[in-house]
Amino acid sequence: MKRFFAFVKKEFFHILRDRRTLLILFGLPFVQVLLFGFALTNEIKNAHIALLDFDHGQHSQQITNRLLSSGYFQLKTNLGAYRDIEATFRQGHVKLVIIFPPNFTNDYVHGQQAKVQLIADASEQNTAISLTNYATNIIQGYQSEVSVNEQNPVPMQIVVQPRMVFNPELKGAFVFVPGVMAMVLLLVSALMTSVTIAREKETGTMEVLMVSPLTQLQILFGKVIPYLLMSFLNGCLIIALGVFFLGIPLHGSLLLLLAETLLFIFLALSIGILISTIADTQLVAMFASLLIMLMPTIFLSGFIFPIESMPRPLQIISNIIPAKYFISIVKGIMIKGVGLSYIWKETLVLLGMSVLLTGISLRNLKTRLS
Amino acid sequence: MNRIRYIIEKEFKQIFRNKVLLRMMVAAPVLQLILLSYAANFEVKNLTIAVVDQDHTTYSQRLAGKFRYIDNFHFLGYIPAYKPAYRELLSSRADLVLVIPPHFERDLGKEKHSSLQLLVNAIDGSKAGIASGYAQAIIRDFDGEIKLETSTIQPDAPAQINIENQYWYNPRLEYKTFMVPGILFELLILVGGMISALNIVREKEIGTQEQLNVTPIKKHEFILGKLTPFVIIGLIQFTMGLLVGVFLFKIPVEGSILLMYGFAFLFLLLCVGLGLLISTISETQQQAMFAVFFCLVLFILLSGLFSSTENMPPWAQYVNTVNPLRYIIEVGRNVMLKGSNFQDMQSQFIALFSMAITLIGLASWRYRKTV
Repeated sequence: MKRFFAFVKKEFFHILRDRRTLLILFGLPFVQVLLFGFALTNEIKNAHIALLDFDHGQHSQQITNRLLSSGYFQLKTNLGAYRDIEATFRQGHVKLVIIFPPNFTNDYVHGQQAKVQLIADASEQNTAISLTNYATNIIQGYQSEVSVNEQNPVPMQIVVQPRMVFNPELKGAFVFVPGVMAMVLLLVSALMTSVTIAREKETGTMEVLMVSPLTQLQILFGKVIPYLLMSFLNGCLIIALGVFFLGIPLHGSLLLLLAETLLFIFLALSIGILISTIADTQLVAMFASLLIMLMPTIFLSGFIFPIESMPRPLQIISNIIPAKYFISIVKGIMIKGVGLSYIWKETLVLLGMSVLLTGISLRNLKTRLS
Repeated sequence: MNRIRYIIEKEFKQIFRNKVLLRMMVAAPVLQLILLSYAANFEVKNLTIAVVDQDHTTYSQRLAGKFRYIDNFHFLGYIPAYKPAYRELLSSRADLVLVIPPHFERDLGKEKHSSLQLLVNAIDGSKAGIASGYAQAIIRDFDGEIKLETSTIQPDAPAQINIENQYWYNPRLEYKTFMVPGILFELLILVGGMISALNIVREKEIGTQEQLNVTPIKKHEFILGKLTPFVIIGLIQFTMGLLVGVFLFKIPVEGSILLMYGFAFLFLLLCVGLGLLISTISETQQQAMFAVFFCLVLFILLSGLFSSTENMPPWAQYVNTVNPLRYIIEVGRNVMLKGSNFQDMQSQFIALFSMAITLIGLASWRYRKTV
């Protein structure tokens, strides 16, 4: 046992001595929370638009004023002809062109169909959809205001009262904080362990360890324990950032949350060990962790893109992504405030995965290098 | 000149010998492109809705029935009371719960208006907004329907503004069309930056760098020889990605292919320069890996691949002026989808070019043959 502790101590020294890696490991969650929390918004503000007004009438000007004073749009240029549209789009400065055809005001006043054209650059399609939606709403608002005097109040009105449960202010942080947590834990646990073990193989020090009186299992645990601790610290850091900095509630039990976090770290570590039994060089270990784990976690766990909208085969694959279950557990405990009775299924899946993966990697362990 | 050739030959030999890595380097990006382009989808589909019907009349049943045959919705069923419905939200079995209050039909008939409650699971705020919009549109439709049935006199149609939307360059608003050009270039930084950085640090770590240092190779020869293979591999990957994009995803290539290759080449130089710079300041592969990873996360999240760069706060936009990925993604989307020419992309070219020069310059200056 004493030998084992000495070994763990050696591993800690290794990690603590590499200041740069340490800095990045603990800086990464900060930067990600900052970016996701404040930089990545789909809100539209002062989007550049161009105007092609053939009408120059009262209504076209009033609509334009209303669009520009809404805060969503900013006029970049006034175009003179249809063919200018393509050129402005190609330069990429303008995302939306609004066209009032000739006689727009005249048509509108005389009760005929008056047409407005909104041409959006849909190569950036999220923006295109939002922009046309905002513009449409503003124009419709204008129209109903102008025509409200002539109209009678509408009979048989159904009023819908939507209630945004769990997240009334629709904060983005509620989605990404659990996601960032899963990602960082995987990164620290799985990537770091697999790489450090591969490193010992690559630089030849693994042989030295193998001829030492430590057993195979002791070496393994000794390697893993420091990372377990670091991941756990990192997890706590992200929870704290989320709660104190981004206003995410912690309705459920903190103890349960920490226990689930430990379970997830354990699973991530077993993935890391499994990768390290296969990979001989750090490059391979890194590539494997990045491609097998990190990318699918980002894209298939429902962290950024909703799983329900994916094609069927990807939905099926998403079931083997551990982060998916962990994210739903974290959301459940923190935001919905549920207890184990609601998340036992997810917990069981994570538990099963860890047992399975640990089993496979223990079987794969070799006492000598080929 | 000969010496550079030998270095390149050595690099290729090493790369081809590591079968696992080779396979990953070739297959992974293509696989990823396919996977991501299908997965990266912000559309909201398959919403599960549960209905608490406290009215039990024709109207309430007709309204609930509306949700049964709509593509976007999956009808979970009727739930007797509010409490169990809330539990469905807690367990994530339902995304929305529509509560139809008692006397819904009577109020509509007598008092001419009635209200409904719609509970939306809003943990994912943007999804919730869209989901509630869909549901409200369906309810409005129903409203219009019953209005038509009950009113005998049609009011005069007022003057109308007809809004016509056109979505250029991606008329069907496909997410793939939007994602693929971005991902295509994003993948280059992975190979160009990550692998080149690790490759050089590896020589340091296992000590073979010393062997290279005592050979008569000049500094620039070493750098050129090391970098060329990664640029070549990057271009091969780019070609494969392009083929997948064009033939599998049917993404149009409106602009000049030559221009795209030109930019891909420039961008690869930049990535490799970044990799080299990181390798000169790192001692172990681990350090290099995390440094590259850190840059990657920052670059990718700010690049506009997922959310528009124009809406970001000023500090993020400021960081973005030195984000090579942002420029190259702009180039990808503009050239591929819109057919922009070199003149349109001049500012991006200048930005990428000066960054590439700076990075390679810095890296060569930092690189020392002596330890």
